[in-house]
Amino acid sequence: MAIAAATTPLSDVHDRTTSVPEYNESVIRAFTVATVLWAVFGLSAGVWVALLLAFPQLNVGEFFTFGRLRPVHTSGVILGFGGNALLATSLYVVQRTCQARLWGGRNLASLLFWSYQIVMVAAVISYPLGLTQSQEYAEPEWFLDILITLVWLLYLAIFVGTLVNRREPHIYVANWFFLAFIITVAVLHIVNNMAMPISWTSTKSYSFYSGVQSAMIQWWYGHNMVGFWLTAGFIGMMYYFVPKQAERPIYSYRLSIVHFWALVFLYIWVGPHHLHFTALPDWTQTLGAAFSIMLWIPSWGGMINGIMTLSGAWHKLRTDPIIRFLVVAVAFYGMSTFEGPLMALKPVNALSHYTDWTVGHVHSGALGWCALMAFGSLYHLAGKLWNRPLWSMKLVEVHFWLAAIGIVLYITAMWVSGITQGLMWKAYDDYGFLMYSFTDSVAMLHPYYVVRALGGIFFLAGAILFAINIFMTIYGAHEQKSADKRLSARPAPAE
Amino acid sequence: MNHALIEKSVALLFMLTFIVISIGGLVQIVPLFKIATTVPPVEGMRPYTPLEQLGRNIYTREGCYTCHSQMIRPFRDEVERYGHYSIPAESMYDHPFLWGSKRTGPDLARVGGKYSNAWQLAHLVNPQSVVPVSIMPSYAFLKNKPLQYDDIDLHLNALRSVGVPYSDEMLEKARADIEAQATGQGDTDDLLKRYPKARLGDFDANPSEITEMDALIAYLQILGALVDFSEPGAANATPAK
Repeated sequence: MAIAAATTPLSDVHDRTTSVPEYNESVIRAFTVATVLWAVFGLSAGVWVALLLAFPQLNVGEFFTFGRLRPVHTSGVILGFGGNALLATSLYVVQRTCQARLWGGRNLASLLFWSYQIVMVAAVISYPLGLTQSQEYAEPEWFLDILITLVWLLYLAIFVGTLVNRREPHIYVANWFFLAFIITVAVLHIVNNMAMPISWTSTKSYSFYSGVQSAMIQWWYGHNMVGFWLTAGFIGMMYYFVPKQAERPIYSYRLSIVHFWALVFLYIWVGPHHLHFTALPDWTQTLGAAFSIMLWIPSWGGMINGIMTLSGAWHKLRTDPIIRFLVVAVAFYGMSTFEGPLMALKPVNALSHYTDWTVGHVHSGALGWCALMAFGSLYHLAGKLWNRPLWSMKLVEVHFWLAAIGIVLYITAMWVSGITQGLMWKAYDDYGFLMYSFTDSVAMLHPYYVVRALGGIFFLAGAILFAINIFMTIYGAHEQKSADKRLSARPAPAE
Repeated sequence: MNHALIEKSVALLFMLTFIVISIGGLVQIVPLFKIATTVPPVEGMRPYTPLEQLGRNIYTREGCYTCHSQMIRPFRDEVERYGHYSIPAESMYDHPFLWGSKRTGPDLARVGGKYSNAWQLAHLVNPQSVVPVSIMPSYAFLKNKPLQYDDIDLHLNALRSVGVPYSDEMLEKARADIEAQATGQGDTDDLLKRYPKARLGDFDANPSEITEMDALIAYLQILGALVDFSEPGAANATPAK
């Protein structure tokens, strides 16, 4: 029976809402709305910085250059959009699968919501002002890092507290991934951001680490933000929303155990593949490459478990645009986790590193896997949270195709420009001279940067439809509620 | 092995996850602090002058690292294009490192001394005036921003506390050193004794004021210029890759 218990979160177990003291859904609704807003903001910032590269004359003044705005985009989408999506779904899933209300009550949950939003807004304001640690994906300065640590520990406490209070004997598999994500991010964030402020009243600090050690710790952090924030957390989402939306149980319980432990063990080793052929010692680079190859296996274990969950429900791909978001997301997960180990091989990396290929790879994961998974999960969630069908399924369909076109334009443009860059830098003529000057490789980029920006615009347009759809659903729920109030014959819903 | 044991206990799941995610990081990071050959010492490395360090802070503030790397890989084409491949000691005083991950623009690890101050100034003010196809933004505003260096001792002190060997004398003379380096006047001999090879002069062609442009160009002009690779000894000090 143990086998079935951890992997069948289906309606019979989870929708017994009546027998459970009401879940805290108001904080989930708040995180859902925040996710929508951050998605539009972060993707708009992405389109803008893409345009800055295609049309550099758009860089104006001191505060809005590419260098200062790039972290606004990365933080906006990873921490803002992705982070709120993870908070919304993890806190929803943990309540449902544990049959327990959030630990700490409503006030603590609200504190988590508001403190997270305030810290993130402060971070994206701080970058144009020039406050940055200059570490990729860890740009916020020391004072914001301390606040982020406190917010994160609060999240950890609420999540673990709810697990402890569960009324189900087993901890559901999605929660293993969410828990690993929260623990690991705490460790990464604290270690990588150790810095000495120049004074307690100054925003400026200097990292504890320098040179080689600084590089290793930064990419240990950087790649595991990919591995745990953008992968483990989103796999947690997959393990709840794919079976829910498909109305099928998880394909294999055994596979979920094996790929969970393999994934969390192997991921943490792969950071040095960002530092191939650098001044980092060779032994560390080789470990990074070897573990990157090994990581391919558990990654595909997760993909297979997600996609094969549709066994017996494949027809839903045709009829249900939400399941299409979820399944195509998992397919992109499979694709980027194949491309990643390939690029971690030293001979391939010699060509791909420093080029747009890396940027394309990141976006096939970020747009194809994370964003599509978040959209699909939130479409599912919105119906549950506001207790009514989505405003428009047609719009979900249109969103899917806009997103798909956007991703294809984006990643193909970056493959071509990236590989071209790499080849141009290494090209020699018949006389043994370098064939191209560096500026030749810059002049070549323009058309690809235009196509990339266009891909971003498609993807953003889809996200705007997503926002409209969610907000119209909420608006409909409010209309319904006030109509119900007017007809006082019916009891008003609890929330 | 019965996995039910783990998935029925929050404490067990928590502890095991924590242990499993810690191993890789410990194995890869801790030895880098312990193994002496990780950063073999080389002749010529010194901490940044106060002016160069403030210039470096402007480089990070503007996010230059989002488009420029500072790490030359040991490939024939890179060594021909940029110079000797980068060695570990060259970033030993960089808190944090700025190796970068993207070359939208060229590598800057050895840009020091490659161009004149006047070229660097013209390029930062209007990149397209010297590189017509450049897609770099203009940083002309740096010319109009006076450099803030009242708190330079705080900067050097913080760097000292994280391991950069600034002496008491360097801290005491920090302000004078900035003024001497950015104007080429004052006790420059003393400055050069503390910081050999420092470039002197009025970098932004505006002798009346020390600006952020002075600091940034001073920083760019020292990049990769401290270790003399024409000396046979310098190459030997690099680790076997």
